[in-house]
Amino acid sequence: MVPTSYYLVLSAVLFGLGVVAFVFKRNVITIFMSIELMLNAVNLAFVAFSQARHQSDGQVFVLFVIVVAAAEAAVGLGIIILTARNRQSLNVERVDLLKL
Amino acid sequence: MPILDHLWIIPLLPLLGSAVNGLLGGKWPNSIVNSVALGATGLSFAFALEAVREFFVGGQVLVHKHFFDWISAGSFTAGFDLQMDQLTVVMLLVVTGVGFLIHIYSTGYMAHEGGYYRFFSYLNLFMFFMLILVLAANYVLLFVGWEGVGLCSYLLIGFYFLKKSASDAGKKAFIVNRIGDFGFMLGMFLLFRTFGTLDFNGVFAAATGPAWGNVHEPWGQFGTFTVACLLLFMGATGKSAQLPLYVWLPDAMEGPTPVSALIHAATMVTAGVYVVARSHILFVHSETAMVVVAVIGCATAFFAATIGLVQTDIKRVLAYSTVSQLGYMFLACGVGAFSAGIFHLMTHAFFKALLFLAAGSVIHAMGGEQDMRKMGGLSKKIKYTYWTMLIATLAIAGIPPLAGFFSKDAILLSAFQIEGGHPLYAIGLLTALLTSFYMFRLIFLTFHGKPRYDEHHVHVHESPWGMLGPLVILAVLSVIGGWLAAPALLGGPDYFASFLAPVFASAQGAEVVNEAAAHQLEIILAIVAVVSALIGLGVAAWLYIRQPGKPEQIAKSMRPVYNTLLNKYYVDEFYAAVVIKPLMWISTNVLWKWVDVAGIDGTVNGIASGATSIGDTVRHAQSGNTRSYAVWVVIGALVVIAVIFFWPAARPVVGVVR
Repeated sequence: MVPTSYYLVLSAVLFGLGVVAFVFKRNVITIFMSIELMLNAVNLAFVAFSQARHQSDGQVFVLFVIVVAAAEAAVGLGIIILTARNRQSLNVERVDLLKL
Repeated sequence: MPILDHLWIIPLLPLLGSAVNGLLGGKWPNSIVNSVALGATGLSFAFALEAVREFFVGGQVLVHKHFFDWISAGSFTAGFDLQMDQLTVVMLLVVTGVGFLIHIYSTGYMAHEGGYYRFFSYLNLFMFFMLILVLAANYVLLFVGWEGVGLCSYLLIGFYFLKKSASDAGKKAFIVNRIGDFGFMLGMFLLFRTFGTLDFNGVFAAATGPAWGNVHEPWGQFGTFTVACLLLFMGATGKSAQLPLYVWLPDAMEGPTPVSALIHAATMVTAGVYVVARSHILFVHSETAMVVVAVIGCATAFFAATIGLVQTDIKRVLAYSTVSQLGYMFLACGVGAFSAGIFHLMTHAFFKALLFLAAGSVIHAMGGEQDMRKMGGLSKKIKYTYWTMLIATLAIAGIPPLAGFFSKDAILLSAFQIEGGHPLYAIGLLTALLTSFYMFRLIFLTFHGKPRYDEHHVHVHESPWGMLGPLVILAVLSVIGGWLAAPALLGGPDYFASFLAPVFASAQGAEVVNEAAAHQLEIILAIVAVVSALIGLGVAAWLYIRQPGKPEQIAKSMRPVYNTLLNKYYVDEFYAAVVIKPLMWISTNVLWKWVDVAGIDGTVNGIASGATSIGDTVRHAQSGNTRSYAVWVVIGALVVIAVIFFWPAARPVVGVVR
């Protein structure tokens, strides 16, 4: 059986990749995908712990995360489409109207 | 409904009149304002008369009424308590009676002035506070009246507030009185600390009771009584314009003449005398306080009289005369003759109110001219004014059988009889001579001689009867007002003194001496006083009627003395240099430029600019760049994780239990 730590390391690596992509990528779709990557890295950790501790709480949480991620995808993609229409661009560098 | 049970109605009526006129009177014609103001004061006077009648019917026992609790804090209570005894009777009748007459006069005098309703509103308000002052049964309520009349005095002196000198004079009166009131309040605090109450009954009972009754503080010993009395007297010197706080009263003549008559001659300025007389039980415990009162009174009487000799403004002469006469009253109190002081207060209220009102009539006749050098020869043109003013002058000069003779005589006699009182008597007598001189100087300059005004431009006219009526009534009072004490001169009882005797029972010790010898002495002193008054009259007549050029020569030959007197001993200049200038300097350079600008403004502005600069620095974090926000989020998450891992103490705070 694969030890739990393998799963956790994989989860951490995936999360780290997500963070790096989140910070450095400019395309808003890619950023969105990196958020999904981080969420799923966390899901992986949850499932791994659930399996290791023989408790189902973690799996319940995963289901919640998936639901929230689906909702987020619905809203987020809507925003992205509107932004893209208005600006003819998916570059987040050009969305800076929140500046003081 | 016995008025004695409802004494509050007497002060309340003028307050209502003031409120009605002040709030609604602005658009009313003069006649309605008149009827409200006169109705309020007239009714108040009528109720006062009825209360006095009931007081006499009830056997002249002290009436003390508690209406409601006003202040109640710990062991301190001050109620809205009014009381009535013989002293109150005198003050009450003087205030309401003379006040009513002056209200009537004002309807004529102020008829063509702007702010008519405002004037009467203030005047009624003044009556309210003055009545509270004389009816109050404790020091706290008395102080309410005391401050209230000060406020009304300020408002009325500055009645012509568009004139800078008038508004300045109002401020001066108010500020100088603050100095005195500071002492008065300290005195009250000391009394409360000592006796645990500020009710007249309580304080005076304690002061005559077993613990304090036998305390006698000789000259130079500063015990409780001495300090308390001197502090109370400090308040009295402010309100009653005595040395060294008299400076506001002459300037107060900027107000309309009826105000000078009512507030600055007949009623308010006598409040200090009233307080000293009311507190006589405290004063007789302390020799120092009595001597200070007598000496200040005597010195003020003389000092003000000398200034009065050379003044040329008709109202200023009367103002200094008022200061001088108030000095007489304090002299009387200081030598223990409280009833004589109150007697002079009453007669002075009659003849000095009359003098001011008559002077107002003269000013009215001259179309606003107040300088006596530009008058002269008015006696034939304004006969009623002339005769009433002459009566008042004879009364103040102390010519028998007018009111002033009896009251002044009683004071001088008391000063003569007291141990070591001969210098006081001598100065008092000299002051009487000076009084006679400057008053007749005023009469001769104003009414006799050749007219010195431009007869083509000034249309001299007698005042309407609304003004002359009060003059005539006051003239009658100035004649007969002293007769209550007249039998004393013939060896009989002094009705006025025996009427007040129950109030001043504890202070009578000094007055009773060998009856027959005292009577003979009284006759002699009376003759001396009359002779000195006649000398004053004679000198004035010689200088201002027979030799009209002579005063000029004398003034020239004694230039320094004359200038000193004309400039009122440079007291105002002295105060300006010693008190006002340093205060201004400290206020400007320390309090304003340093404490306020640097300290207070600096703190407030510093906090504001600090917040601005912090915001200015930090706002760059808000770049609008989404990716930089992402970095902040990551850094924040890392910080939270680092705290949880490396700082165990913070774990309960961030919510990690294990």
